[in-house]
Amino acid sequence: MLDYIWLIPVFPLLGAAIQLLFGRRISNRAVSAVSVGLPGLSFLWALGCFGQFLGLPEAYHHVFLKPLYTWLPAGAFHLANGSVGNLNVGVGMKLDPLSCVMMLVVTGVGFLIHVYSIGYMGHEGGYYRFFGYLNLFMFSMLVLVLADNYLMMFVGWEGVGLCSYLLIGFYFLRKSAADAGKKAFIVNRIGDAAFLLGVMLMVVTFGTLDFQNITDVVRNPHFHGGGVITTICILLFIGATGKSAQIPLYVWLPDAMEGPTPVSALIHAATMVTAGVYMVARSNALYAHSPTALALVAGIGAATAIWAASIGLVQNDIKRVLAYSTVSQLGYMFLACGVGAFGAGIFHLMTHAFFKALLFLASGSVIHALSGEQDMRKMGALKTKIPTTYWTMAVAALAISGIPPLAGFVSKDEILWQSFAGPYGHTLLWAIGWITAGLTAFYMFRLIFVTFWGESHVPDEVEHHIHESPRTMLNPLVILAILSIVGGFIGWPKSLGGGDWFGKFLEPVFEGNPPVPPHEYGPGWEYFLMGLSVATAIAGIMVAYRIYVLRPGLADRVAAAAGGFYNLLLHKYYIDEIYDALFVNRTKDLGSALAAFDLGVVDGTVNGVGWTTRMSGELSRLWDSWVVDGLVNVMAFLVKIMSWPARVVQTGLVQNYAWFITMGVLIFMVYYLISFRAFFAWLFLM
Amino acid sequence: MIPTEYYIFLGSGLFTIGVIGVLTRRNVLIILMSIELILNAVNINLVALSQYFKSVDGQVFAIFVITDAAAEAAVGLGLIIALFRNKETVNADEIDLLKW
Repeated sequence: MLDYIWLIPVFPLLGAAIQLLFGRRISNRAVSAVSVGLPGLSFLWALGCFGQFLGLPEAYHHVFLKPLYTWLPAGAFHLANGSVGNLNVGVGMKLDPLSCVMMLVVTGVGFLIHVYSIGYMGHEGGYYRFFGYLNLFMFSMLVLVLADNYLMMFVGWEGVGLCSYLLIGFYFLRKSAADAGKKAFIVNRIGDAAFLLGVMLMVVTFGTLDFQNITDVVRNPHFHGGGVITTICILLFIGATGKSAQIPLYVWLPDAMEGPTPVSALIHAATMVTAGVYMVARSNALYAHSPTALALVAGIGAATAIWAASIGLVQNDIKRVLAYSTVSQLGYMFLACGVGAFGAGIFHLMTHAFFKALLFLASGSVIHALSGEQDMRKMGALKTKIPTTYWTMAVAALAISGIPPLAGFVSKDEILWQSFAGPYGHTLLWAIGWITAGLTAFYMFRLIFVTFWGESHVPDEVEHHIHESPRTMLNPLVILAILSIVGGFIGWPKSLGGGDWFGKFLEPVFEGNPPVPPHEYGPGWEYFLMGLSVATAIAGIMVAYRIYVLRPGLADRVAAAAGGFYNLLLHKYYIDEIYDALFVNRTKDLGSALAAFDLGVVDGTVNGVGWTTRMSGELSRLWDSWVVDGLVNVMAFLVKIMSWPARVVQTGLVQNYAWFITMGVLIFMVYYLISFRAFFAWLFLM
Repeated sequence: MIPTEYYIFLGSGLFTIGVIGVLTRRNVLIILMSIELILNAVNINLVALSQYFKSVDGQVFAIFVITDAAAEAAVGLGLIIALFRNKETVNADEIDLLKW
């Protein structure tokens, strides 16, 4: 199975090809069968490959490489350090513990979401188009995680960006959806530009783009990196801020909620947005050589976490809350990578995929039950009406809040501990993470209480249609809920008696980096922090309970009292407006200026050439009519003048002709009869 | 005898008058009469020189000329009548159809 590992991305590609080429002509059932069956097949194949991978002999245990063919055999060129490089970018698959985890998460959660979509999108137009794009996304994402070099990864990177655009703008007849798709793609592109610069810098520095080769070069004890490594890392990270919605390029993610809910679940919670984290983890060898870059990653991760959490506190659209929650949790993952705990970051990536996908799918179920309502202020008292949705969503909320023993507790706590005591940890980073955890619990349970508890604010005509979702939608919710509960156990920390198999499994990927002496904190600290986090989470839940269940009017009074600050949060710190004024409108102005240039100068030149041609034609005409015709007319005139003597003689009067004859005779007579001498003599004598 | 020169002078005088008449008169009938005058002047010349050269040839030729003149007059009148029928005029100045 491992030999055919390339089938894993190809199955969904097949599905995409079928849907996008023929999907229109086949029935919805056929579309479902193909487009859900193929990713399912991918998942099974992935499981098979995983099993085989575990069975590999120890020497190969860490890495399985499957080169497929050479894509860019670039010739010899000079590297920055003077040596001659030979870039051979190939298309190949790499399976190591890190990509195993990613592959299983993508195929597994992806498959569940595909199943969910059958029910959710069943009544929508463009059913085949949705699945075609979703399959294309699966293909791109799998290419991204299974690639063995940066350029292949970038291909997948761009591919998921494209699919994100296509799926966000799925309801393309809605302007807000089309705009959101554009925004996502454009903001992403900015990050991608930086990513590409990083890749180019890597080509010049290392002469190769292979993960294994670069890692080997960098981990060599004699390797001396310098500023180049930092620059590469920072450029790659900027790409990650675009893809994984960190400050400053997170603005597209909340808008991306315009897309259908399964899209939000798959792309903007579980998989695409985690590509940035995966990339940083994959490049851990490079980052380990650049404490500056790591500090940047951790700093931005922490800042984003608390920034997004604060915005999520006051949002009223159920999906917006989840979107900001995603941005915030991604911040946690980058925080983990930034403090050197790459394994913890990936662990949180996995558990987050479970409970965030669950949260989105469950919210989709709620929206489905309420016939499309997304505003939480128009919900309430739903827990008895849609019980399965309620219970699974509640499980997810507990998980994300970090309540033990659910999955979120294990991963988030590991991150908080590492940011406190880890090699690059700092108390400030821990503090930000800790406060954010409290905020997370609060806004998550605000969502739960406002949506499911309390009084119903549902309008009557909607209330009559409230129904639980079909089985195809509920089953994935249940499965994800179970995963959210037990998912943490594979990484249960040693301090609590667990084996941390997850950490051990990922160890080979991250070992070999230059060792950094950890902070010396006794074991008591870990338990203390753990207890503190749990207490904070519970406190957050209690506060939410108090405000939203016990005293319903309190929230509005607090909001009114906090006035300006509340508005600031509600309007997302006006970041969108600031970006618009600074960048978007300035770019549009540039466009207008260029358009004016094009219209005035370029088109003006073309028109000028046309005018010149016309004028020269005009001149030709004048020449022709005045000069050429003039000459001809002058010729005729001259002939007329010169023939005048001959003409005037023709009087038509016979007497004139007779006179000419007579005159001729007389002249001859005179000539022959009289000599000139005699004539002059006669004249003289007269 | 009358000297032959006198007859030559008479002949040339009549000839000149005839020529001038042909060239200057307006009425085509007068032009026709002038042509007759020319012919008769030539006759006088012929007869006078026949007497001078003691030859009858001149007189014989004169008879031819007279016959010819008669025929010519008839034809000329026919032409004038045809002309008058077409152009309603006997004024030579008005017959300029061949003008350029």
